[in-house]
Amino acid sequence: MKPSIQATSIHAAYGTIPVLQDVSFSIHKGEFFIVIGPNGSGKTTLLKILSAITPFKSGTLEIAGTPMGKYSRRSLARIMALVPQTVPEDLPFTVRELILMARAPRMGLLGLEREQDIRLAEEAMAFTGVEPLAERKMDQLSGGERQRVFIARAICQEPQIILLDEPTAALDLAHQVRVMDLMEKLREEKGLTVVMVSHDINLAAMYGNRLMLLKKGRIVKMGLPAEVLTFKTLEEAYECPLLVDESPLGNFQRVTLVPRKFIDERLQSMTTQKKP
Amino acid sequence: MKNNNPRILKRIWIISALLLVVLIITMALGISVGSTGSNIKETLFSLMGLEKADPMLETIIWRIRLPRVFLATLVGAALSLGGLVFQALLRNPLAEPYILGISSGSGIGAIMGILTGLSPFPGVSLAAFTGSIATLLLLLFMTSGKTLLKKNILLLSGVMVNAFCAAFIMFLISITQDDRLHNIIFWLMGDLSMADLQQVWLLAAVVVPCAVLIFSLSNTMNLFLMGKELAQTMGVNIKVITATLLVATSIMVSATVAACGPIGFVGLVIPHLLRLVVGPDHRVLVPACLLGGSSYVVLCDILARTLPEQGEMPAGVITAMIGAPLFIILLKKSS
Repeated sequence: MKPSIQATSIHAAYGTIPVLQDVSFSIHKGEFFIVIGPNGSGKTTLLKILSAITPFKSGTLEIAGTPMGKYSRRSLARIMALVPQTVPEDLPFTVRELILMARAPRMGLLGLEREQDIRLAEEAMAFTGVEPLAERKMDQLSGGERQRVFIARAICQEPQIILLDEPTAALDLAHQVRVMDLMEKLREEKGLTVVMVSHDINLAAMYGNRLMLLKKGRIVKMGLPAEVLTFKTLEEAYECPLLVDESPLGNFQRVTLVPRKFIDERLQSMTTQKKP
Repeated sequence: MKNNNPRILKRIWIISALLLVVLIITMALGISVGSTGSNIKETLFSLMGLEKADPMLETIIWRIRLPRVFLATLVGAALSLGGLVFQALLRNPLAEPYILGISSGSGIGAIMGILTGLSPFPGVSLAAFTGSIATLLLLLFMTSGKTLLKKNILLLSGVMVNAFCAAFIMFLISITQDDRLHNIIFWLMGDLSMADLQQVWLLAAVVVPCAVLIFSLSNTMNLFLMGKELAQTMGVNIKVITATLLVATSIMVSATVAACGPIGFVGLVIPHLLRLVVGPDHRVLVPACLLGGSSYVVLCDILARTLPEQGEMPAGVITAMIGAPLFIILLKKSS
């Protein structure tokens, strides 16, 4: 079976500043693939390249077995949907209207909705639990509600691949878990490929099938969470003291930040031990 | 809900039908009322060919009022649609059809025409149209390539072009001393009194195709509101659509300004007013703006003709004097 996304030796730059260098990977159908890395590592650029917002300089990129260049925007929109990190806050539409707009790539010029479109919008709302908000205006929603509406919008687009740009960044703990569970459900029940960019290493460890760790536009490590989330690779990528151990919840990594004062204490205790 | 009769289509029809009734009433009123007094019954009978009015009134109706009302209709439709498109395109609620310098560009053309002694039509109109198209080309050249996508660059370039042209107009006015000055100032205020049927057909030939094209892109304008990146992932080719909308709207508005000078405030007040009433969906807003804008300018022109005891005011004065307070009242009520 052809991979959902196949990238070979992607290079990208803003002007003369390289952002991605020699990035190759392939993402399988139905996989939960999470890209992590420090600020400025090129995570978001990678997502923008995948959604054809930003062009890349060299390399090849195939989506569902077809080169990116062969897609029109409309045909690509039928395969892939994006959940952006930030959206305009003053959107004048209701939740239902906004979700229904996702049908545009499959509708005529005027976007006249058919029965099937309305049904799919209802289904997407039910799947994400935003039906009670259906008639609310977008600018009256909380951050967590808005995030779920935009996920519903992406689902309503009926994609094979869903791309998410730090969907949990602005959410409280309950909403973070809710969004991640939703993605897992989407993957399991609808067989979607989920590609997510995230800052949260622990969520990545718990939910990702495979992770990619980027630093300064290059892949530091790619593979199963257990392979990527080791003390050595993480410290190399993030350049800060970290503690990696096994989560009490089960068989996956837990990454803990180590504040400076703890390092000092440890060093102190180490030095005092050394003294006779 | 039936498959072939979506809810949105019903809304478009209902709102358009209501506004069409309003437009027909204002147009009938506009043809019946004038500085020679109002004679609604005779006029309507004459229009429907039921009964001939006296020859004097016949001439006034067919030669003066009818072209003028038609011109007001087209101008109102084009200006309010122009405002709607620019507000969506630039994502700026303050955008209006003249914001990118189209009016001041055509102003320079028109003033040059007046100063060189061209006839009002087609001479001055043609000069004005040339002026605004030159401004548009200059703007497109300045923002060519990828910068067209950065909307602030388009907006800022437009504002600068506008400021430069406005200064140049002031310069031209300051060196003009004879009675041509009056013509220039009247032109700059926006004036519908010079309407003739030939001009109306010409303007219609420009406005109608542009309006149809813009309506066909109305759902795309909805997607624009989500921001350019998300719109792209929903199948919108931002670059092509932006250029198409920009050029179609500019040509339409240029033709309008060439016909009657820059009539102000219609493009700002009507789209906002209708947005408050019919909602944000451009598929409804485009026809609503066409019909609502027409009614508004026809109505303002009736007032411009009948309010002063002697002579008449430029319609542009009335559109702004009613528009600004109306806008403020609506804004206060909605919030």
